[in-house]
Amino acid sequence: MTAQAQRRTPAPPPGTYLGMPKFQKNAKEQLANEQLRKNLRHATGTIRAKRAARVEEVPEWEELRLAGEAIKNRTLRHLDTYLVQLEDSLQKAGAKVHWARDAAEANRIVVGLVQAKGVDEVVKVKSMATQEIELNEALEEAGIAAWETDLAELIVQLGHDRPSHILVPAIHRNRSEVREIFLREMKQYGTPAPEDITDDPAELAGAARRHLREKFLRAKVAISGANFAIAETGTLVVVESEGNGRMCLTLPDTLISVVGIEKVLPTFADLEVFMRLLPRSSTGERMNPYTSMWTGVTPGDGPQDVHVVLVDNGRTNALADPQGRPALRCIRCSACLNICPVYERVGGHAYGSVYPGPIGAVLNPQLRGIGHEIDQSLPYASSLCGACFEVCPVRIPIPDILVHLRKEVADHKRGKPKLEPTAMAAAGWVLADHKHFELAERVAGLAARALPNTTFLGPLPWPASAWTRARDLPMPPPESFRKWWRTNRGEEQQ
Amino acid sequence: MSAREEILGRVRSALVDVSVSDPVADVPIDWEYGRPTAMPEVLARFVEMCEDYKATVARCDEGSLASRVAELLGSAGVRSVVLPSGVEQPWRQAIESAGITVHGDEPPLSRAELDAIDGVVTAAAVGIAETGTIVLDHAPDQGRRALTLVPDTHLVVVRSDQVVSDVPEAVARLAGAVTDGAPLTWISGPSATSDIELSRVEGVHGPRNLLVVLVG
Repeated sequence: MTAQAQRRTPAPPPGTYLGMPKFQKNAKEQLANEQLRKNLRHATGTIRAKRAARVEEVPEWEELRLAGEAIKNRTLRHLDTYLVQLEDSLQKAGAKVHWARDAAEANRIVVGLVQAKGVDEVVKVKSMATQEIELNEALEEAGIAAWETDLAELIVQLGHDRPSHILVPAIHRNRSEVREIFLREMKQYGTPAPEDITDDPAELAGAARRHLREKFLRAKVAISGANFAIAETGTLVVVESEGNGRMCLTLPDTLISVVGIEKVLPTFADLEVFMRLLPRSSTGERMNPYTSMWTGVTPGDGPQDVHVVLVDNGRTNALADPQGRPALRCIRCSACLNICPVYERVGGHAYGSVYPGPIGAVLNPQLRGIGHEIDQSLPYASSLCGACFEVCPVRIPIPDILVHLRKEVADHKRGKPKLEPTAMAAAGWVLADHKHFELAERVAGLAARALPNTTFLGPLPWPASAWTRARDLPMPPPESFRKWWRTNRGEEQQ
Repeated sequence: MSAREEILGRVRSALVDVSVSDPVADVPIDWEYGRPTAMPEVLARFVEMCEDYKATVARCDEGSLASRVAELLGSAGVRSVVLPSGVEQPWRQAIESAGITVHGDEPPLSRAELDAIDGVVTAAAVGIAETGTIVLDHAPDQGRRALTLVPDTHLVVVRSDQVVSDVPEAVARLAGAVTDGAPLTWISGPSATSDIELSRVEGVHGPRNLLVVLVG
């Protein structure tokens, strides 16, 4: 039997995110898929209208956004303080805290914890952090089956697919595709879908309920992420809709939560801001159906063995760049995806990451660096229309960060002294002192007199070639304005 | 170096540009916490919003509560319920006399036992009018979290003095329970999903029927 035949869960598509070609190439392929564009146009249009209606209901929405921005800024600018406080609160509440520098370390910790329990399967709550570190495959390699329990994640997993949206990972699939996936795959991994199932979403949801219930009822270990982690109290928060989160967070004996270090909030009171911003921005609801908040171990209620894995995995890179830092305010609502004209047309798969859309275009190059083609292309996956900033509940200036990253990418690719800083340094010297300035004027005037019949300077040698390759540089005048002024009006001035 | 030390070290060197050491002084937050949201009638809004999220809502006074609970369970087709240890005795008697089998949770029921029970009846901690949300802090009259999750019908009794205008007031009221380490469950309507073509379907894994009784 081959290694592939021994898989416990459906295999994801071959290839890796980082091995993907640049965005523009992926986008071209996706644009050829008419079904995809139709599904996306319908879905993003619906959710945009819902969000707009729910935001309209809140007269102080802009104040809320400013408060959300400020709370996140406070947290990020003092992240060490809040992380240490969070760790202390969690430990006092009976949770065990682990730290992971990168994806590999986080996966090692989680696999180790699961193996120590002697189980070969876990149930999972939808979690961007675990998608990011590709935990499911790490568990699979260790012979542990990880069952996704969110309906959309289940569709993605059973469909041997990748997520294409932060909130609705199967947004690219329509109901008849979902029906086919359920009919074909469910029976291989547990309770089958009824043979006579239609493509009615309610029937499909019913099939998922039956398929997953046996897994919930027998699960000994669950893995989650967290939307928020409260430093003051050690409380973790999971915001969801279906109740699969509650099942995972409540029924098993062991709970392992994988939490990005930027998820921390200072106080429980801060949730009053985020529990208003998040549901309205993400699903366009006044409130999502279920939110679970738990503080370490509650004796006699829920998991008695509680672990929290705090993951860096590139977040400190983003933190170190004051211009890129605001991207870490992201609460993963996906409003920027739904509003983006580029995302609406190409879908999430073109972005080569679990974080697609405008936020992905700024987050991925910061988290992963700009060493790969896909990450170098992402800052260009935007028309800079600015709609993403307008809808962002924590006011991340995505267009500004995109422009900043374009410069980073350009500098990285050039890999040699950069013209603009050199030119600016020269300009700085010239402008620092009037004597320097006059000298520069004289040099320019001499050049002009040396080439009397020339209107424009043609291509100049490097480094100025970077500028003149595509532009004509007007000849400097033989006489400067200052010199002309001294000659003609100098007396009046005195 | 441990991962902890290394990550905290990276964070500190990433933040060399931050010169003010007090977070509160460094980044002021222009926001007044715990403010009520203005609305004409808090209880009416609570009922309206719960119904908007497809919960069934009934209002009654203290005197008719127990019989109303039994009646609602009956009309929802519930033949067996689990009652947390802290629920009021008259509820239990009324439910039993309506011919519904009552299970206790002491000793704790297994998951399979819970899965075979139709419904659960609990009190609540807070109701939020603006969002139609009910918050449980899992005090003895609400029971451990699994009780209100596995059975398919959840009947929850909310007292009118527990209903606040909006999320900020609710968070302020719940702070004490969280400090004491209690878990919270926020419930807005029955379990739902919009994962297939963003078309909302009520009823996935959590209780598919949510019955709300507002008392007083």
